[in-house]
Amino acid sequence: MILDPAQRRALHVHIAAPRLETPFHPRIQALSTTNDWYSWAGYKAPHSVFDDELEYFAIRSTAALFDISPMIKYRIRGADAERFLNRLTLRDVRKLKPGRVQYTAWCDDHGHVLDDGTLFRLAETDFRLCCQERHLPWLTDSANGFDVTIDEETETLAALALQGPTSFSVLDAAGFAGIETLKPFQLARFDHEGHEITISRTGFTGDLGYELFAPADIALSLWDRIWNAGQPFGLQAIGYGALNRARIEAGFIVANADFTTAEAALRTDRVRLPDEIGLDWLVDLEKPFFNGRDPILGARQKKSLKHILVGLEIEGNIAAEHALVYHRRTREAGIVTAGIWSPMAKRNIAIANLARPYGERILDDLWVEIYALRELQYQKMMKRAKIVPRPFIRLDRRTATPPGRF
Amino acid sequence: MTSFDAIVIGGGHNGLTAAAALSRGGRKVMVLEAHQKAGGALRGDSFHPGFQANGPAQIVNRLDPDVAKLLALPDNLAGGRDVPTVVLSDRVEPAILESAYGERIRGVSKDEADRFRLLRDTLISQAGILRRFLKRTPPPLKAVGISDLAALGSAGLALLLKGREESRDFLRMLLMNVADIGDEYLTDDRLKALIAFDATLGVQLGPRSPTSLLGLYYRLTGEANGHVGGQFVPEGGVAALGEAFVAGAVKAGVTLRTSAPVARILADRGVVSGVVLESGETFTAPIIVAAIHPKTTFLTLVDAAEIGTGFRRAIGNIRSLGNVARLDLALDVPPSFPGVPQDALTGRLVIGRSMEHVETAFNPSKYGELPADPVMEVMLPSLAQPSLAPSGAATLSALIPFVPYALKEGWEHGRSRLEATALAALERHAPGIGRTVRAARLMAPPDIETAYHMPGGHWHHGELQADQLLVNRPVHAASRFSTPIQGLFLASAGSHPGGGISGLPGLLAARHILAGDRR
Repeated sequence: MILDPAQRRALHVHIAAPRLETPFHPRIQALSTTNDWYSWAGYKAPHSVFDDELEYFAIRSTAALFDISPMIKYRIRGADAERFLNRLTLRDVRKLKPGRVQYTAWCDDHGHVLDDGTLFRLAETDFRLCCQERHLPWLTDSANGFDVTIDEETETLAALALQGPTSFSVLDAAGFAGIETLKPFQLARFDHEGHEITISRTGFTGDLGYELFAPADIALSLWDRIWNAGQPFGLQAIGYGALNRARIEAGFIVANADFTTAEAALRTDRVRLPDEIGLDWLVDLEKPFFNGRDPILGARQKKSLKHILVGLEIEGNIAAEHALVYHRRTREAGIVTAGIWSPMAKRNIAIANLARPYGERILDDLWVEIYALRELQYQKMMKRAKIVPRPFIRLDRRTATPPGRF
Repeated sequence: MTSFDAIVIGGGHNGLTAAAALSRGGRKVMVLEAHQKAGGALRGDSFHPGFQANGPAQIVNRLDPDVAKLLALPDNLAGGRDVPTVVLSDRVEPAILESAYGERIRGVSKDEADRFRLLRDTLISQAGILRRFLKRTPPPLKAVGISDLAALGSAGLALLLKGREESRDFLRMLLMNVADIGDEYLTDDRLKALIAFDATLGVQLGPRSPTSLLGLYYRLTGEANGHVGGQFVPEGGVAALGEAFVAGAVKAGVTLRTSAPVARILADRGVVSGVVLESGETFTAPIIVAAIHPKTTFLTLVDAAEIGTGFRRAIGNIRSLGNVARLDLALDVPPSFPGVPQDALTGRLVIGRSMEHVETAFNPSKYGELPADPVMEVMLPSLAQPSLAPSGAATLSALIPFVPYALKEGWEHGRSRLEATALAALERHAPGIGRTVRAARLMAPPDIETAYHMPGGHWHHGELQADQLLVNRPVHAASRFSTPIQGLFLASAGSHPGGGISGLPGLLAARHILAGDRR
């Protein structure tokens, strides 16, 4: 034990910087007029940059640049990487070809979801797993018995999401030749100042868009290259507020916002099986064994699934976030985990977690109780809600290949 | 490719018991044994030309009567003359416990003998409550069945029937350490040393470690010759008992394949399908019974891709580092232990002068070091089995507890140092024995690991401590003999109820499998 206070302080310098800054931080800070930051996995991330509303419309009308460097990124390499990931995740990784990306999720032994994320197959034996929460102990424990190495890349790998109808034109103008051939969930390698970067046609907005991954030390010059090329195409830097609206419209869920991950849950009834949070379509019972297989299968056979995730359309235009859902106005049936007035769908939409049989057999006569705080007084509203399919919006430009030019 | 109804991996006494029970239940069963001879820890070997040693087990004190019946073990092997326990101390005459853990004691005052009997009766009566749980599958915590409730209820009732005072005392003592109990009941250092030794033999606890009394309870849940606390050496030795297990299994219709080490257990999407031998030969069966260490089963034989991360992690975390070394000596002449009557020499000779002696021997093991003044359990097998040694010569075997698996100084040097320390300790109780040693073999835990395929060299296949018993043996998700892989069952000492030559893990596993079919 070190007793000298000066030496002890020197070992704990991280206390002085409670929020890390991402490699793009200097650029975003320079653009920020709202000075509106929040903590994303320990990083200082913008909630808004200049105007929440206008940032959202940049996603849907022009192009938006969102710093996703705080996203947790793991590199998984080795002869057994495919087998390892097939045991770890719900989908069949054998069907994921090199150069492709898979949206997936993974569970603990009880079938409770640990996280969802995207799996990039960079090469036959080289993968990248991106997600919301940290999982290094789970991944390293899972790696026992497999010939794989796992590296945490969150700090060393900078990442940007470029989303919106003009995003293809921005990349094209920035000189990424061949970007037009990229199909949804495909990735390719490009050169930036002598360094290899990866661009994938993926995103969290339900719009045309890309995600760029580059070593942290070339992050700023990559930002500048995109930023400069994007100016004629209405490119804007955006914060999470705008992205959150876009992802709700697209019907995407966020770990520990729309469901509680198994490792974060303190209460025993808060954990969720994939089928309880709308991820049943990821579960592949034909593929080899995977973590949580038997409990998921068992819950389906015994019909013991307790929850269900649904999309709601709610009358009126008041966002219903965290409102309670009722059946026949009286019996509590669930909770809205995310809700907005959707400018694109022109509807009041929400993602809700219902206790079965609500949302499963009982679909009618659902109500949402919204508390609107108006000048220190709650206005309580009981609004009719209807279960509707997700996504709430479908944009043809998301999948058109080659994408439209502006 | 040949197919069987069930394949048992491991031809130790539990594997043979499980196989015999399944075979008697109408199954076509094959046992696969890695070694060229079945019998597991009951298997003897030759450690010097002309000198034979028994396996790691020295005596039999918990062989289950149902197991003996199932395998048609002959009476002279399933039982035998009750042998005494002799506590050897320094400058004091030995204390000799006879018949069923000291019903009669020689060499102590009458008062002390009465005190020991009171302690013994109390512990045996309390162990009786625990025994109810040792001969049945541990209850599932999720869906407790009627019969489980009945067992719990009857245990509770039995507790109450013993009286309020007694039941309170049971709950008070259950998780105590043996040193405090010894001080509470006894005054004689030799008797305190004995219960401290017996409570901690084979577990990594010292007498003063919390819960160390459990080891003594466990010993007293066993029966031999029809009474609790009995102990005997089968006629012809422990190895003969091993051969009788093999003969019994074969007679029950079991196919036995020796020199057939298993390389992999085949499973797909949570269902077992067979095994592949190291030779490449494949056998299919809907039921695979792994009567080997659970760590071998799940970390070596089952592909990591076929079991959950959490389950595999739990298996990896089973504490299973053995801490008992075995010493076999080839002697020119039978040794003489002054003060020990001739008829007691065939018993267990426990070297331990006080509870502190046991605790002091334990202490260095916590730091990966050897005891400077070891305690040990000594037996003279060739006295009762002259065939183990050439005419006129003799064998001595000793179990030396608190010998760390991972020795800080390394086993290359440590082996000879421990041997010298042990010989010096023997010399104090059998003066002149050193000069008669023709050959010595010391098996440290890593040697036992290699010779008997027991990861960690732990003869219980995992520490017998409170957190690794009952519903948590070997881990919770595999505590009822069935495992997360359908059709794969566990039946070794690593499973409930635990180690010792009882055959119960094998018997209970087989009963569980057969009952599962009827459901």
